Amino acid sequence: MKKCRRCSKSATLHITELRQGEATEIHLCETCAKDYLSQAEEVSTQDADLQFDQLEENDQSEISGIDDRVCPNCGITFREFRTQGRLGCPHDYVAFESDLIPLIENIHGEIQHCGKLPRRAPDSSRKQHQLIRLRSELKLAVEDEDYEAAARLRDEIHAVEVQLQGNDRPEE
Amino acid sequence: MDLDSLTQSNSEWLRGTGPESDVVVSTRIRLARNLAQFPFNTRADDATRGQIVEQVKESLGDLPVPKVLNFVDVPSLDEISLQFLVERQLISRELAEGEGPRGVAFSRAEDVSIMVNEEDHLRLQVLRSGLALDECWVEIDRMDDALEEELTFAFHEKYGYLTACPTNVGTGIRVSVMLHLPALVQTREIQKVFHSLQKINLAVRGLYGEGSQALGDFYQISNQYTLGLSETQVIDKVRSVIPRLLDYERRARKAMLEEKKEQLHDHIARASGILRSAQTISSEETMHLLSSVRLGVNLGLIDDVEISTLNELFIMTQPAHLQKLKKAELDSADRNKARAALLRNRLAGDAQD
Repeated sequence: MKKCRRCSKSATLHITELRQGEATEIHLCETCAKDYLSQAEEVSTQDADLQFDQLEENDQSEISGIDDRVCPNCGITFREFRTQGRLGCPHDYVAFESDLIPLIENIHGEIQHCGKLPRRAPDSSRKQHQLIRLRSELKLAVEDEDYEAAARLRDEIHAVEVQLQGNDRPEE
Repeated sequence: MDLDSLTQSNSEWLRGTGPESDVVVSTRIRLARNLAQFPFNTRADDATRGQIVEQVKESLGDLPVPKVLNFVDVPSLDEISLQFLVERQLISRELAEGEGPRGVAFSRAEDVSIMVNEEDHLRLQVLRSGLALDECWVEIDRMDDALEEELTFAFHEKYGYLTACPTNVGTGIRVSVMLHLPALVQTREIQKVFHSLQKINLAVRGLYGEGSQALGDFYQISNQYTLGLSETQVIDKVRSVIPRLLDYERRARKAMLEEKKEQLHDHIARASGILRSAQTISSEETMHLLSSVRLGVNLGLIDDVEISTLNELFIMTQPAHLQKLKKAELDSADRNKARAALLRNRLAGDAQD
C-alpha cells in the first residue's frame, strides 16, 4: 500500500492532477487530502474576530475619528449607523468599507457574495462569480468529505480559470 | 382591494396540505432588495419613499409573472386592517407600525407578497403549505428576475445585494419552515433541539417572527447567514435539519401514544370539549387548546375536525380577524365572547359534514 506523500500514514486517496496536459499522481491520507483539496480556500475567521474586537477596544479618540466619517452620498455618519444599526444608502458599503468588512465577517463568517447575480451583470463578472461559487462548493464538499465531488469541482474551477485568463489577453 | 373579502378565504399557508403537513405547516422564502438610485429608508424622506412606491407599483403592472398582485396602500388602512394583515402574515409588524408612504402587493391566494418600504425598499415573499422549499425558491427567483427587468437593484460585486442592515446583505434571503411541535414541547425536549440548531447558525422564532412567543407550539426555523453561501446552499442548509426534526417530533408523539394513550386521549378530548362549548375564551387559551386538538387529529385520536379547519381557526380567532368578521371594534371581553361563538360555530359545522 502506498504511503501518504505528506505524512507516513497509508494513502487512501489517489489524485491525478492534469495541468498543461501533464498528469501527476499524488497519494494522500484522508487528513492530508482534506488540507490539499482546500488549500488557499481557508479564510481565517479567527483573525476577523480579533480585528473586530480590536475595533471595539480602540481608544476613544480613534473611535470618534471613525465614527465621524460621513458618506458623501447620503450624509449618514458611521456613528449614526452604529446607533441605529441601519445604513443610509447602498454607497455606504463603499464609503465605510474598511469598517464594515470586519462587521460583515463577524455576522456571516464570509465577505464574498456567491449567490445570484442581476441579469444585467456583464459576462466577465458572471465568470468571476461562477468561480467564487465553485470554490464555496468545493469547501463544502471537503467539509462533507465528498472527495469525488471535490476533485470534480477542482477541475471545473481550473477550467474557468483558464477561460478567464484567455479573456484577459489583449485581443489581436 | 377589499380586505374584508379576505375573511371569506383561507391563506395558502393555512391549507394544511402539502408534504409532511402533520408537522410542517408552511414554507416561506423572502428576498430583500433595494433600488440602486435611492437612499435606504432610514435616510429617505417621504417624497423619496413616495417615488419608490410609485416605481414599484408601476413595475408591477407589466410584471411577466402568472399571478396578479394587488397593491394595498398601507398608510390609508385603519388599525384593525393593519393588524389583520399582520395576523395573515402578509405584512410584518415593522411595516404596519412604520411611517410614510409604504405598501404591500399580494396575490389573491396570498402565496406571493411584496412589501414596499419596510426595512428595505422591497421584501419579496413566497409562501407554500407544507414542506416546499424548491417550489418557493423557483417562484421567488422568477419573480426577482421579472422585477429586475423593470427595476435596478443595488448590487455590489463582492457584497451582493445591498441591504439597509448588514445582517441581510449578499443574497438577502431568509428561508423559513414553520413547524408544529407539540410533542417536543410537552416532553420538554424542545430546548435541546433549539440549542443544537443554534450551534449550526439556524434561528428559531415563534409564529409571528422575531421576538414573538411560540404560540400554539408553532416554531419557525430559518437561516441566519445571507452572505458567503448561494441561495440554494442556504436552502439546503435549512432543508438538511428538517428530517431530523420531523423524526424527533414523530417519535415523541409515538412515545406519548404508547406510554400514556388514555391520559393523552382524555387531555385532547377535553381540549376539544372546551373549544366546542366555552362561552368566553382568551386568545392564548384558544391557541393552546387548538394545538392539542391538532395533535389529536394527527395521531388519529379524534377525527371530527379537519386540519385545515384548525389551521384556519388559529388565525380567525386572532383579535383583528374577529373584529373584521364582526365588522366592529371589540374590547377584550367582547372579543373573548366572539371568539368562543366562532369556535362553537366552526367546530359544530365540521362535525356535521
